[in-house]
Amino acid sequence: MSENTAAPVKPKGKKRLELDPRLAAYKGIWVFVEMERGQVHQVSWELLGEGRKLADILNVELGAVILGGSSDELSAAARSAFTYGADVAYIVADPILTDYRNEPYTKAMTDLVNRYQPEILLLGATTLGRDLAGSVATTLLTGLTADCTELAIDPDNRGLLATRPTFGGSLLCTIQTLNYRPQMATIRPRVMAMPDAVPERSGRVISENLQMQEDDIIAKVLEFIPDEAQEQAQLAYADIIVAGGRGMGKTENFRLIWDLAAVLGAEVGGSRPVTHAGWLPADRQIGQSGKTVRPKLYIAAGISGAIQHRVGMEASDVIIAINNDPNAPIFDFATYGIVGDAVQILPVLTDALRSRLAVNRRAG
Amino acid sequence: MHIVVCIKQVPDSAQIRVHPVTNTIMRQGVPAIINPFDVFAIEEALRLKDRLGGRVTVLTMGPPQAEDALRKAIAYGADDVILLTDRAFAGADTLATSFALAQTIRKIGEEHPVDLVFTGKQTIDGDTAQVGPGIAKRLGLQLLTYVSAIDALDLEERSITVQRRSEGGVQVIRTCLPALITMLEGSNQIRFAGMDDMFRSARLTVPQWNKDRAGIEDVSKIGLKGSPTVVSKIFTPKPRAVKAQRIGADLDASGTANAILDVLSSQHPRLAQELGLITH
Ligand SMILES: Cc1cc2nc3c(=O)[nH]c(=O)nc-3n(C[C@H](O)[C@H](O)[C@H](O)COP(=O)(O)OP(=O)(O)OC[C@H]3O[C@@H](n4cnc5c(N)ncnc54)[C@H](O)[C@@H]3O)c2cc1C
Ligand SMILES: Nc1ncnc2c1ncn2[C@@H]1O[C@H](COP(=O)(O)O)[C@@H](O)[C@H]1O
Repeated sequence: MSENTAAPVKPKGKKRLELDPRLAAYKGIWVFVEMERGQVHQVSWELLGEGRKLADILNVELGAVILGGSSDELSAAARSAFTYGADVAYIVADPILTDYRNEPYTKAMTDLVNRYQPEILLLGATTLGRDLAGSVATTLLTGLTADCTELAIDPDNRGLLATRPTFGGSLLCTIQTLNYRPQMATIRPRVMAMPDAVPERSGRVISENLQMQEDDIIAKVLEFIPDEAQEQAQLAYADIIVAGGRGMGKTENFRLIWDLAAVLGAEVGGSRPVTHAGWLPADRQIGQSGKTVRPKLYIAAGISGAIQHRVGMEASDVIIAINNDPNAPIFDFATYGIVGDAVQILPVLTDALRSRLAVNRRAG
Repeated sequence: MHIVVCIKQVPDSAQIRVHPVTNTIMRQGVPAIINPFDVFAIEEALRLKDRLGGRVTVLTMGPPQAEDALRKAIAYGADDVILLTDRAFAGADTLATSFALAQTIRKIGEEHPVDLVFTGKQTIDGDTAQVGPGIAKRLGLQLLTYVSAIDALDLEERSITVQRRSEGGVQVIRTCLPALITMLEGSNQIRFAGMDDMFRSARLTVPQWNKDRAGIEDVSKIGLKGSPTVVSKIFTPKPRAVKAQRIGADLDASGTANAILDVLSSQHPRLAQELGLITH
């Protein structure tokens, strides 16, 4: 009972597994397309991109499950899902599903799974996706691997190999769901690359009804208080991020981070000690227990590059690290490294950038 | 009102090291703590009890050493604790864990009906956030995840209103008891242990329940047997092949700044163009 992630390593040996014939009938890969207030969460497209690859390996169909209140919105989402690789869209439109609530969503999803029997079901590891995945897996009595960073197919048995960090990211483990179907996994936003849309792709739509009445549902949503527009979520999808760590020394020095970010049009993030100390709001934490990001440019100032931070940002295209310790682990994986005092270098960099941009604007 | 809080004892992962050669976790000397997220759950349960009366039972499934975590819970002010411990639970994944905990809560409820169950948002070792939803589904409790505040709890009406974090905002949701709440971090601050409770904790013999005491007959649903998932491989993340290219080794701050912009312009023209560093 040591770990909750999964049972201990089973003795090595033949990895062939005799799948119960009832379970062998489960075919196809499904991605849950997460909609909130008519807006599809981008992680759903990322998962369709990844799901497409797995479906091609297994030579099966890729399905998109789309649940919500308005059939117009769902149809629009289905059309987009096709362009990102789905072959089929399974749609349940019912006013009951307008706001996310665990009970009716679990019912809609488990009914679909029981009826159409996919072998793999992927969901985004968002608050909504995790809430739904946990209760769907328990209702179906199957295995669920949370927060995966890599998915693959086991050539021996066509099973899903779901890899996730464990022990705060110091280790990775690959988890398999043996004699249970579907094999479920959640994946965080930004872990998988965004696929290119193929506008001319299309697919089939299968619509089902929700077998539930509003009176069956105890939970009622009284109100939804949206976050301030500038806050939240933007960080995960930012193209440029300037991040500061404990090496910035004190909260006042974070002005240097914000200044550079302003000139670059970047978002600001930080390591855990920084959000814990209140130098930045908690939702700007990047890493294993914060957000996963994959910007085109990540500037890390005074961040050591601990594994828990690294797992949240190493997919960035270009990483520039400023650290006064030449042996800091961040230099092991950054693209460019500057050994020096971030507090000194940042304002000079901001100025140099500002003057180049000014020159270019005059020229252009 | 009777509240059950599920907590897990975890290794303080800030202090965990991986053996460089064997790739195994080096647990020796790593202190065990109450899963940090579960501390918010304990505190919220105690606050409800302060306001509305009733009792708080803290439950953990784990090895015999996990009784330390329960002693701590008593010191904070919990009324009762139960250590669910049995070799038959070894190797449980989240599905098997939630089965064992749900079964135990059902058993606890036979004596003192349970109105609310609290869990943490997630553990720092398993990190799955699945055990809470799993317990709720198995017991047919109303599930409220990522709760940041309890706005109202009416024992007459048996209704509860909470604020829960959802994507892009906060959902205010009202439902009925019995319910299971997974508590968001940072929602409250744990109290200091009181003198009386500290004495009580020191004197306490922690009640241990095995699977029979918890009313678990079907051993195919617990431990390794009851776990659909298995770990097939454990490994260390592979290091990036190339180390960072040094910039500005012999330069002053201004030279370094310009060297950074130069390298972006020459090596990453598309990015540099988007930044406005270069114009064509
Ligand atoms: C379960 C768990 C989850 C975690 N989740 C996260 C997470 O999501 N995100 C996260 O970031 N961390 C997380 N951590 C913490 C993580 O292990 C590290 O402690 C943390 O990332 C370190 O932050 P840091 O690099 O800012 O601080 P430090 O490790 O203290 O590093 C500061 C760095 O700044 C450098 N420095 C000092 N002064 C200067 C200067 N003047 N100029 C330039 N450089 C300077 C130092 O050389 C050092 O490398 C987690 C830990 C655990 C146990
Ligand atoms: N062994 C356990 N004993 C008691 N509660 C647990 C146990 N494992 C998990 N929990 C509870 O379930 C929550 C979620 O755990 P996890 O699914 O592992 O992230 C934790 O915060 C605890 O409240």
